[in-house]
Amino acid sequence: MDSNNNITSIWDFFQNPIIMNLLIGVVYFAAIAAFITVLVIILMWMDRRVAAFFQERLGPIKYGPQGLLQPVFDAVKMVSKGNITPRNVDKLVYNLAPMLIFMTTLLVYAALPYGKNLTVVNLNVGVLYLIAISSTATIAILMGGWGSNNKYSLIGGMRTVAMIISYEIPFAFSLLGIIMLTGSMNMTDIINAQKNVWFVFLQPLAFVVFMITAMAELNKSPFDLPEAESELVAGFITEYAGMKFGLVYLAEYANMFSMAAIAVTLFFGGWQGPLLPSWLWFLIKTLLMVFFIMWIRWTLPRIRIDKMMKLNWKVLIPLSILNIFLTGIGIKLYQYFTGMGGV
Amino acid sequence: MEVTRGRYNPNEFHEAFENNIIITTIEKALDFCRSRSLHPFLFGPACCAMELMQAMNGRYDLARYGFEAVRATPRQTDVMLVAGTITNKMAAVAKRLYDQIPDPKWVIAIGSCAISGGPFADSYCVTQGADKLFPVDVYVPGCPPRPEAITRGLLQLRDMINNPEIAKVKRHG
Ligand code: SF4
Repeated sequence: MDSNNNITSIWDFFQNPIIMNLLIGVVYFAAIAAFITVLVIILMWMDRRVAAFFQERLGPIKYGPQGLLQPVFDAVKMVSKGNITPRNVDKLVYNLAPMLIFMTTLLVYAALPYGKNLTVVNLNVGVLYLIAISSTATIAILMGGWGSNNKYSLIGGMRTVAMIISYEIPFAFSLLGIIMLTGSMNMTDIINAQKNVWFVFLQPLAFVVFMITAMAELNKSPFDLPEAESELVAGFITEYAGMKFGLVYLAEYANMFSMAAIAVTLFFGGWQGPLLPSWLWFLIKTLLMVFFIMWIRWTLPRIRIDKMMKLNWKVLIPLSILNIFLTGIGIKLYQYFTGMGGV
Repeated sequence: MEVTRGRYNPNEFHEAFENNIIITTIEKALDFCRSRSLHPFLFGPACCAMELMQAMNGRYDLARYGFEAVRATPRQTDVMLVAGTITNKMAAVAKRLYDQIPDPKWVIAIGSCAISGGPFADSYCVTQGADKLFPVDVYVPGCPPRPEAITRGLLQLRDMINNPEIAKVKRHG
């Protein structure tokens, strides 16, 4: 009797909604962390092979089939590398920054739709959430630059802030057209609205603006000014060694994937596709998108800082506003000719 | 039901064990990984750096062995490639950069200048080799050494990290 009572009480304990939610949260976190780790290993290998492909080299091929073990060796080395904390840094800020950078990356993964009914949290303000979270990383980068107590780090951090804050505007504006078309910010609704035609065909201008600003948000070449090697040594990560650098590195590749996933969700119909299961379509489309990002990255040279600001304020923002205007006219014309709506 | 406990065959067991399980120490496994992902720190104060750049690019492609991720800051690198003449004025900087690399770290001296001062051996303003400043693990001779030679130097460093006994140790006073 006694043991029976115990079991019931344990069962009741797990039935408690707070405990239940906590446990589910832990499971979600573990799943996403495992997903990111495997993903980053594949992406690192892919990045190097793609870079080599565009530079007429072979890239890492010696270790493992097609060089697939290379990122594993890199990861083990990075974990076992000496962990230096320079004497004059602001210890709290310096140590916190890589963790925060990685955390914002993790948060983005929470709202991505990986497949049919396969998202961690189905937010009704999904797009807004993604825009807000992806710009929070700026604070962490500035923390890294400031805490390192190094002039190159500080300049790199400042540049990132200037760049991401100004590129955030056309980034958000380019997505407004889609929200106008679907009337919803929910990622699942946006995917369902693309059942017949992908938004890349309805919003080509928005896609171009989105792609350029996404490259800037990722700090990738041609917009890798925050870590321009020829000017700034390595930007805000100059003073980071060992696993702290590893975390930033990890976040960089994970961000590349999440940005590609956002592009696929908003412009290429997300997980929709014939025959194959939905999560496989999502992976295929997103990896193709990642390849496209790498293609741009390894083809174009770095742009100068003043030209980059000029491009943003004088070209991209007017273009994105024009896109909103055209979308509005288009919607009204569509309603007028099909007799829908109250025109 | 038959109980299998009595039918243990040690030979069979060992065979299966040896074929399927690799026993190693953590140190050895780490060395194995480290030696295959050396991120080089380019320190190229003179002409040998040109050959090093060629070794990194097409045709010679050091990236095949995982030596490609060149970082510009010493904090994130493993092996310092001294490619060129170190003048006395540069010596202090070179030493400081070496000190900033986190352990474990290695050094390769590329070209006769980094080995012994090379053509400038009797100059009043040139340091007579990188090993006057910090311990050097592999010497790649030549003025300048060809990209093949540089690749071989890096591969020898890889073998040396895997099996430290094959290296001849040079003492530093
Ligand atoms: S060894 Fe020869 S090629 Fe190399 S740095 Fe010295 S002089 Fe130049």
